[in-house]
Amino acid sequence: MPDRGELLTCTGLWKSYAEPVLRDVGLTLAAGEVHALVGENGAGKSTLARIIAGITRPEKGALTLAGAPFAPASRADAERHGVRVVMQELNLIANLTVAENIYLDQLPSHFGVVDYATLHRNAREQMQRVGLGHIAPNRPVHTLGVGQQQLVEVAAGLSRRCRLLILDEPTAALTDSEVELLFAQIARLRADGVGILYISHRLEETQRIADRITVLRDGAVVGTRPVDDVSLDEIVRMMVGRDLSDVQPRVERTLGAEALRVEGLCRGQTVRDVSFAVREGEVLGLAGLMGSGRTETLRAIFGADRRDAGDIYLGSSPAPARIRSPRDAVRQGIALLTEDRKEQGLLLPLAVRVNATLARLGAVARFGQWLDPARERTAAARLVDALGVRCHSAEQPVATLSGGNQQKVVLARWLFRDCRVLLFDEPTRGIDVGAKFEIYRLLGELSEQGKAVVVASSDLLELLAICDRIAVMSAGRLAATFRRGEWSEDLIMQAALSEHMGAATA
Amino acid sequence: MSNPTERQPAWRAMLADYLGMAVVIVALIVVFSLLARNFFQAATFRTIANEIPDRVIVAVGMTFVLIIAGIDLSVGSVLAVSGAVLGACMALWHWPLALAIPACLAVGLACGAANGLVSVGWRIPSFIVTLGMLEVARGAAYLVTGSRTQYIGSRIEVVADASVLGLSLPFVLALAIVAAGQFVLSRTVFGRHLIAIGTNEEAVRLSGIDPRPRKLAVFMLCGLLTALAAVVHTSRLASANPNAGVGFELEAIAAVVIGGTSLMGGRGSVVRSFLGVVIIAILSSGLNQLGAQEPTKRVITGAVIVAAVIADHYRHRLGSKSQH
Repeated sequence: MPDRGELLTCTGLWKSYAEPVLRDVGLTLAAGEVHALVGENGAGKSTLARIIAGITRPEKGALTLAGAPFAPASRADAERHGVRVVMQELNLIANLTVAENIYLDQLPSHFGVVDYATLHRNAREQMQRVGLGHIAPNRPVHTLGVGQQQLVEVAAGLSRRCRLLILDEPTAALTDSEVELLFAQIARLRADGVGILYISHRLEETQRIADRITVLRDGAVVGTRPVDDVSLDEIVRMMVGRDLSDVQPRVERTLGAEALRVEGLCRGQTVRDVSFAVREGEVLGLAGLMGSGRTETLRAIFGADRRDAGDIYLGSSPAPARIRSPRDAVRQGIALLTEDRKEQGLLLPLAVRVNATLARLGAVARFGQWLDPARERTAAARLVDALGVRCHSAEQPVATLSGGNQQKVVLARWLFRDCRVLLFDEPTRGIDVGAKFEIYRLLGELSEQGKAVVVASSDLLELLAICDRIAVMSAGRLAATFRRGEWSEDLIMQAALSEHMGAATA
Repeated sequence: MSNPTERQPAWRAMLADYLGMAVVIVALIVVFSLLARNFFQAATFRTIANEIPDRVIVAVGMTFVLIIAGIDLSVGSVLAVSGAVLGACMALWHWPLALAIPACLAVGLACGAANGLVSVGWRIPSFIVTLGMLEVARGAAYLVTGSRTQYIGSRIEVVADASVLGLSLPFVLALAIVAAGQFVLSRTVFGRHLIAIGTNEEAVRLSGIDPRPRKLAVFMLCGLLTALAAVVHTSRLASANPNAGVGFELEAIAAVVIGGTSLMGGRGSVVRSFLGVVIIAILSSGLNQLGAQEPTKRVITGAVIVAAVIADHYRHRLGSKSQH
């Protein structure tokens, strides 16, 4: 690593949303250094990137850029200081062309009229650098594949003069040859003295291109090491080595008959030949990195997305269940608590009562059609009580409740429907610690009642605490399944990375 | 819940729901009575009661469509084509009333079904689909009537002239439809599903309820009610005019929106839509008696519509604030 002095320093950064996501984080980055930032989902990598890029502001702590205090007020402000970020989520405008997207904030123009000749010439140059030379600069971005779109994003990032470039999971959707081109560009920038903060799950990549690596865990820095001094196994251990003492493990209980069996489930590239079974009274965890196909698996089982192949068997029935829509799934006793409860679960402006009874209004209606307000109020009050939803009354709009109480309302809807198989997708995302434990308790009660529960979560600690078994997904495949007692965080993390590591060794 | 303190807010909310509009209606009557010497007379209110039934019936259908976050721009034209079929059946082919009315209703139902099937089946915004139907149905109305007003005469006038308890049959029919519509909306599983769909369609789908047949049913209901309004409209004029109902869609949307129904879906009330129709009718009648010309009337009516929506915005904000 050429020593050209510190470019960026972060000291004592704190940031919390529902709970702290960054705790006293310090980091230094030299000019001409590629610094890898790794950690589990939710370890705080993206939050740190967003702070440096001026998108979020820390609650405590300070940044310096080239020796001077640096407190960007916005992303545009950070860019004026030469700090650019290529985000994980695509930031492109689908209907505009590749060239327009690359130069959106500095379109060459004469008296307000865009100079397309110059624009396309400049864009072509940038595109060649990232291996998009074969694509016309005037193609609308939405006609490109996801990998190519990501390269457009990278090209946009590279096209500006910058001193510090943050790449957040830039290779997630790229093919091997595209990755090589990206690495060549990173090497060029590095030689020019640009500091690069490289965030990735793919440890084999960080080993190849990074000078130093910093591991984040639960919002705190575990350590920063020169890449040459540290093995992959060590990094994995640094990522997961946590203190389990603050979550009491669930008690062993007897399981009933098989409730749900999934065989050969496929959906596009996101779910590839997934098979598993859950028994009554069992809690099965679905672990895996972001984008490993957990959500997609649950949605395909539930009929929310069409599946390409695969059969679902319910209970003791020898014939596969016919599930082609959520309606079919719910009628056969399957419930899905979606990952995004505000967009896909709740009727936010409406009362707790309305949300809780939605899936089974027939039960509070005469002749199955005429709502009986008294019966509905009683049912809603009972659900609010049973789940400990904290609200003034069941007439309160759900939008005014806290995240944890909103999640309880979603849960109430499915309890009222009396489903036998419950699929939970990120049940505690964005929920404070106290409410998390209440959700865990409710999950435990449900399994004691003989319900089969599948929980997909990016919080491994959570799965370790509440599950009987954990199935680990990696790049759409079910990589391994562990029983309670057989698992360790290292084993699970290795399984989660298995498809990515395999690609590197192959 | 038997606890009476829990019921109180619902009562109060209902009062607040209608009180504001009732105050506006009373205020309009007072103002016009003071300004126009002849306004406060039985004749004025009889005229209003005669004029609004078709508008009220259309507004009920429109309320349902807006609640599922849709819109139906074709109601004016559908009213014309169903009326045209009614006129053709009776004036050209001499069908009895008992056959002509079902034919008219079938046409409205079919138009609504076409709106619903296309917008639900291909996921095309109902704004576009019903804009197309606005043209199609209007054209069809001209074709059916040969672009001429079909005079039917007394055989259809019996509908408008019949009276129930001293009120005209169309007026009673409109009130009954308002009551039934409000009941369906607030007290049936179907109505609850519609409110839920208008609030968050994906959440409803993922709760195991298929929104598509329900949305289709709403467009069919709107078409059917529009055809019923056509029967009332045709009977009042004793003839079927292919130009009937021009601009009806905007008037209906205005009335429904004055009633506080959200164009974004999920929120609305049939009774309030009815009161919205009444407000527009009183305004129009009062301005007439003041001798206002058509252009002035339109300027004032337009301003009132926007003012009502602004007022509703504040009412809604106050309402949601007082709840927590």
